[in-house]
Amino acid sequence: MTGRWLRVTLPVVTTVAVLAAWWFGSLGTESYYFPSLRAIMDRFVEVWLFDRFVTDALPSLWRLGAGFGIAVVAGVGLGLLLGLSASWRRATEPIVEFLRAIPATALLPFALLVFGIGDLMKVAIIALVCLWPVLLNTIDGVRGLDHTLADTARMYQVSGARRLLSVVLPSAAPQIMAGARTSLSLALILMVTSEMVASTSGIGFFVLDAQRGFRILDMWTGIILLGVLGYLVNLVFTLVERRLLRWHAGARADTASAR
Amino acid sequence: MTPPTTTTRPEHAGPGTRDGRSGRPRLPGAALPAVTVLGVLLLAELVSRLGVLPTRYFPPASEMFVALAGQVVDPSFWVSVGQTLQGWGAGLGIAVLLAVPVGLALGTVPLLYTAVRPIVEFLRPIPSVALIPLVVLAIGTGAASKVFLAAFAAFWQLLIPVIYGVRDTDPVARDTGRAFRLGRFGVLRWIVLPAAVPYLATGLRIASATALILAVTAELVIGVPGLGGAINLARSAGAPDRMYALIIATGLLGWGLNAALRAVERRVLHWHPSHREAAA
Repeated sequence: MTGRWLRVTLPVVTTVAVLAAWWFGSLGTESYYFPSLRAIMDRFVEVWLFDRFVTDALPSLWRLGAGFGIAVVAGVGLGLLLGLSASWRRATEPIVEFLRAIPATALLPFALLVFGIGDLMKVAIIALVCLWPVLLNTIDGVRGLDHTLADTARMYQVSGARRLLSVVLPSAAPQIMAGARTSLSLALILMVTSEMVASTSGIGFFVLDAQRGFRILDMWTGIILLGVLGYLVNLVFTLVERRLLRWHAGARADTASAR
Repeated sequence: MTPPTTTTRPEHAGPGTRDGRSGRPRLPGAALPAVTVLGVLLLAELVSRLGVLPTRYFPPASEMFVALAGQVVDPSFWVSVGQTLQGWGAGLGIAVLLAVPVGLALGTVPLLYTAVRPIVEFLRPIPSVALIPLVVLAIGTGAASKVFLAAFAAFWQLLIPVIYGVRDTDPVARDTGRAFRLGRFGVLRWIVLPAAVPYLATGLRIASATALILAVTAELVIGVPGLGGAINLARSAGAPDRMYALIIATGLLGWGLNAALRAVERRVLHWHPSHREAAA
């Protein structure tokens, strides 16, 4: 009984304690780079509710969503093809292995050169980089199809699109979601970085611009907003994942990971 | 002798025949990947030479490799590689040294984990690149910033697997250890840690990739010297062949690091069921 009570209250207590320590510990600070949390929050309300939210946060989120969405659709589609066909898989393996090994941000200059500095560049780079974890996990998920399940499906002559949709895809779903989760953190990194390198809008642009102009409070509000958005985006993802994988017993054991 | 009857047909007609388990690729084993790689390179060459894609953006593949060869004999290229590797290695090393003890502590003391969990859950998804401006102000634009960013990003990707690994320790093994009076430290050293190592190994590979990304990002955005900076310099200098050459080199670096970690993992984890099965 006390154990359950502790499990509920303890996280709240520590969170409040940390925030309170930051709030009161920084109240009288003279530090230029680390202003008080109160000043940051006052500024946060001024900046982000809601003028800048429309001009900077929404474009960022749009680029994130578009790039990530393209990557998931393309990754699952290609992954099904490569997972089901050994020849295709063998044929493309060296190319896939090489492209996915390139550290994501190293492709930014390439995207800049080819796509310019517009939204297209950001969506393209996010989609390109997020493709690999989804693709590789889909391939592994499809290949890991349970033998008994595969044989049963064959016994009942389930084939073609029905086999794909009701046997292969569901059994690969947990691993696809694990890949998508990896992609999501990459998408956030690329969203911020692409806006920092070349942009005139977006939270990444805002934060770096504020730092270069020594608008320290603005910079802090941007960093906090990015933290909150990162947290919320992951939260939404977890909810969607739980809904999609409700039937899957091992879905909560978060051990499957991207390779 | 059994004549082929229709009952055996589904065996061969189903998609299973093209499956990796039962089917063989039609081309002889080693040739197929080589053929596609050559095909893609040839296509890239043609598309550029024929002017389908502008040469300004997509130089012919052969020119990229000529540029790559030029880089390999250039000492300054190896200096860049060293700088990037240094940021990667130092960041990953610091992350391991911090994440393993913290993960062991959080994994073995449930109350502690419950207490700090919301903080971990909040800090973990923050895109580490969001800290770049702060890091520039607080640490500067030198190599230390690169190491900090790489370590920060890698830390979370190691911490979570270690916690899961510790919590996944077989309770029977743990109780057995206790029954044999291994002591608190003994159980940690001989039972909990080995149980967490496979998780740590997977985490390490992901963290290594992340550390490399952050090292390159720091070079690209902050201008810390290294491969990332060199790539961007090649772009702004209007030398696309050199830019692609350096991107290829960075990709090979990432691939090499991943392959090296995998090899180490196989050696260190040869006792673990997942690797015993893979070897069989």
